Amino acid sequence: MGWFKRLKDGIITSTKDKKEAPDGLWYKCERCKEASTQKEVKENFHKCPKCNYHIRIGSHDYFELLYDNGKFFELFTDLLAEDFLEFTDLKPYDQRLEKAREKTNLDDAITVGIGKVAKKPLVIAAMDFTFIGGSMGSVVGEKIALAIDYCIDNKTPFMIISKSGGARMMESAFSLMQMAKTSAKLSQLAKKRIPYFSFLTDPTTGGVTASFAMLGDINFAEPEALIGFAGPRVIKETIKRDLPEGFQTSEFLMEHGFLDFIVDRQDLKAKIAELLCFF
Amino acid sequence: MVFLDFEKPLENLYNQLDKIKQVGEQGDIDVSESIQELEKKISNLRKEIYSNLSGWQKVQLSRHPERPYSLFYIRTIFKQFVELHGDRCFKDDKAIVGGLANLDGNTVVVIGHQKGVNTKMRQYRNFGMANPEGYRKALRLMKMAERFNYPIVCLIDTPGAYPGIEAEERGQAEAIARNLFEMAQLTVPIVCTVIGEGASGGAIGIGLGDRVYMMENTWYSVISPESCSSILWRSWDYKEQAAEALKLTPEHMFDFGLIDGILKEPLGGAHTAPEEMAKILKRNIKKAISELSELSPEDLVDARINKYRAMGNFARKKTTVTQSK
Repeated sequence: MGWFKRLKDGIITSTKDKKEAPDGLWYKCERCKEASTQKEVKENFHKCPKCNYHIRIGSHDYFELLYDNGKFFELFTDLLAEDFLEFTDLKPYDQRLEKAREKTNLDDAITVGIGKVAKKPLVIAAMDFTFIGGSMGSVVGEKIALAIDYCIDNKTPFMIISKSGGARMMESAFSLMQMAKTSAKLSQLAKKRIPYFSFLTDPTTGGVTASFAMLGDINFAEPEALIGFAGPRVIKETIKRDLPEGFQTSEFLMEHGFLDFIVDRQDLKAKIAELLCFF
Repeated sequence: MVFLDFEKPLENLYNQLDKIKQVGEQGDIDVSESIQELEKKISNLRKEIYSNLSGWQKVQLSRHPERPYSLFYIRTIFKQFVELHGDRCFKDDKAIVGGLANLDGNTVVVIGHQKGVNTKMRQYRNFGMANPEGYRKALRLMKMAERFNYPIVCLIDTPGAYPGIEAEERGQAEAIARNLFEMAQLTVPIVCTVIGEGASGGAIGIGLGDRVYMMENTWYSVISPESCSSILWRSWDYKEQAAEALKLTPEHMFDFGLIDGILKEPLGGAHTAPEEMAKILKRNIKKAISELSELSPEDLVDARINKYRAMGNFARKKTTVTQSK
């Protein structure tokens, strides 16, 4: 018999709850907490290999996934957001912009590409959530308007990949008017009988949902994405009760008739190629 | 009378006036001179207060409990009004009213957010917060207007589209988006006026028009100052700062080129002289419609889309700064 008695049994934290994984090599899933290597994740279309969680990715990741051989040209690269209202909350807007540009290496929350998907030309405007929550300000609205003009001039189908918290508050009414601007431009595209695919990813809320994201000839989404008009927190505070499970997910929207289908990221390219055959 | 916090000095003077009048009624002393003096003081003070309102004070005025709402203006402005109900899909939304109206001999379709005038009615009208069926009713009426070639008049006064479970289930976002998409292409004139609150998607859902006006003591923004404060400042206490930062007043909106004009309100706000306000609104609507009626349907739609196309403010790389409007 020993002098000391062990009070706790060894290490009780199970491996999956272990915190801190070294950066670069490992990816720890936000949902199932299982670890996989970055390589595995990338090869699995940026999804968790264990639970199929669709990790949030950026515009260039989508371009790489969708365009043939990952080849595309970026359009309208000379636009920059500006702090013309001198908007300051806890931080001035121009500082937020600067920091976002530094962090993301992007100019704004949307990037427009032209390239071929299964040998058919397609203009894709893809949003980046990492840039101030993917929020829509003047630059996002203008790039979408320019992309639509390009599609009309070249008779090219158009797709937007939405990933946004909504309108950008720091541009106040200008952001609000981008809802009208993008929707009005889409009505012109529709009149020219050029197809518009709206692809909604996690998350798509607010003024983005209430304008171009809901206006696709075909609307589709990634599995389990948060999609809604008001944010869940706002609704909860308004109605003062808990929200039902699965509320505002892709599956919820599909059930209520607002999506045509839900597509796993690994089937996305094939699905779009299939759609393009019909137009 | 209801006084807002920044009107307190006025309230004091009114109280004094009441007292003096009481004394006068008892006889004995002649108070007419003091009454005159006080009334002059009141009028000067009111001018002083109202000549320099802050963003937040305009927000407060836009929500003044005595402020006239859509139905008041509709009944005052139009000789005849037949209210039409329902979106033909689900329900009749009480937060948006609409129907056929006679504007001095010409038919228009009028649509507006409607708030309640007392506690019971406020609930009935859901505080002017529409559900998807409200926007769909509005669209149904607008499509009818187009078919019969009637101009459309929209009155905007909402704290926002309703954020509820059922609203999401029935597609609040889709309903607003669809209205924007369809309104852009309507071949009849659309004249919108913000008569109170112009909050976000809920406002613009019936607010895309050839002409958009704001009454003097109203606001128009991407988000209410309270919500903006709660999100960006992470506290509800910065609503005044948020109201300033959002630059949501009619004067700012006009400077930005986002609206076409400001309707002057009677001194002290629309609620102090509602009939007069209705006259001003009517005159402006008539003028706008008659100007827009000159345009062919194609030109009208093109001009409308080009107007929104030009809204935006950004720079271009290589240090050349452009302002598209």
